[in-house]
Amino acid sequence: MRGATILKASDDKTKQLNKHTLMAFSGEAGDTVQFAEYIQANIQLYSMRNDTDLGPSAVANFVRGELARSLRSRHPYTVNLLLGGLDPITKQPHLYWLDYLASLAPLPYAAHGYAQYYCLSILDKHHHPEINFEQGMKILRMCTDELQRRLPIDFKGMLVKVIDKDGIREIDYDSSKQVLSA
Amino acid sequence: MDSLVATYSRPAFENEGYSSDEQQELVQAMPSLSLSFSLPPMRNPSAFLRALTDDHANPQCPIKLAHGTTTLAFRFQGGIIVATDSRASAGNWIASQTVKKVIEINNCLLGTMAGGAADCQYWLAYLGIQCRLHELRHKRRISVAAASKILSNLVYSYKGMGLSMGTMCAGVTPQEGPALYYIDSEGTRLAGNLFCVGSGQTFAYGVLDAEYHYNLTEKEALELGSRSILAATHRDAFSGGFINLYHVKEDGWVKHGFRDTNPIFWKTKLEKGEFSNVTANL
Repeated sequence: MRGATILKASDDKTKQLNKHTLMAFSGEAGDTVQFAEYIQANIQLYSMRNDTDLGPSAVANFVRGELARSLRSRHPYTVNLLLGGLDPITKQPHLYWLDYLASLAPLPYAAHGYAQYYCLSILDKHHHPEINFEQGMKILRMCTDELQRRLPIDFKGMLVKVIDKDGIREIDYDSSKQVLSA
Repeated sequence: MDSLVATYSRPAFENEGYSSDEQQELVQAMPSLSLSFSLPPMRNPSAFLRALTDDHANPQCPIKLAHGTTTLAFRFQGGIIVATDSRASAGNWIASQTVKKVIEINNCLLGTMAGGAADCQYWLAYLGIQCRLHELRHKRRISVAAASKILSNLVYSYKGMGLSMGTMCAGVTPQEGPALYYIDSEGTRLAGNLFCVGSGQTFAYGVLDAEYHYNLTEKEALELGSRSILAATHRDAFSGGFINLYHVKEDGWVKHGFRDTNPIFWKTKLEKGEFSNVTANL
């Protein structure tokens, strides 16, 4: 978005950092992609130098460190992030919530911006740690339906990516159906 | 003889209703809808009030109005559910945890309170008076549409003068069936199936929208109303305290308790496994 114009409806606001970690970003135009590419390059450099990938918690703490360093610089990055990954050793999924003030929080479910106000209460009620993939997609549908119903913004489609033991993949997600409030 | 005939041949219902004299008297005796308050003696009293109370524009403002709430009401096949939290906050200060935000206007009509606590309490009590006067004048209970319109016309007459209220009027009348109206101090008046009002409204909407449909059973509806308030008290710092739950039916409203959120939260978490982001072990 630039002012009141949509420049691109199908922008991918995620970056794959290594085989099993994905970072979603939002915030100040320009800052977001610059910061994400900087992080991506450094994580890839680590993988090449050491012939091994950093785990999700290591990545998250590295990103937090970079954000904290940037925060006290002349031009801090105004970027909010969600970082998801599957630990290659323990096979456990991890999700980290980071904001532009360099807060880092490991959470079972997370959101940024206005979406938090609508989605967190749904996730509080319907999320359980033991749910399977289909139940997870059902909860995601509840969340996106609520955003379409109540937010006065039209997203022009949504992008859904899944991180599991096979790596990262994008899945088809149809949000073209109009959702009306009761 | 003529006078005798005249006495007994009057129309049977002449003394029912009001004579034209009585009607005239009633119209003149009706006070105007808007009471006359004395205003600060200056050219722009509403700007003066705003400078003193608008926390958003001026965080150092000397008067902090009570704000912050979650209230909800929704229509379903069995009537209307009305639920609220009970916290009153003034700035960052929790002024009370035991506020009654559901105002019982009469035994069929309920109002809810969000925004300025004093404004809501005062004007809903005033609405109660007007509804009772309507009953006495017209010999039947006021419709929800009319009651909500009294309130919306009243607050509209004070528009721009610093009133702050977001309220819902819920009631069941023979003419309308279950009726729900949203009225705010901007002058908005809307009829609808489902409303959430206050700083915690988005959280309540999240839970409510996901599972709401008109054919909920009474038990499901009460549980959904209560759970939506719980969701808002959990995420919104300005909502909390107790869950005040009402069910409005054809033959009046029924109160379903004023229950502390803390034990309900832990019961919900531990028995149903919800709120998985909160740890139960220290």
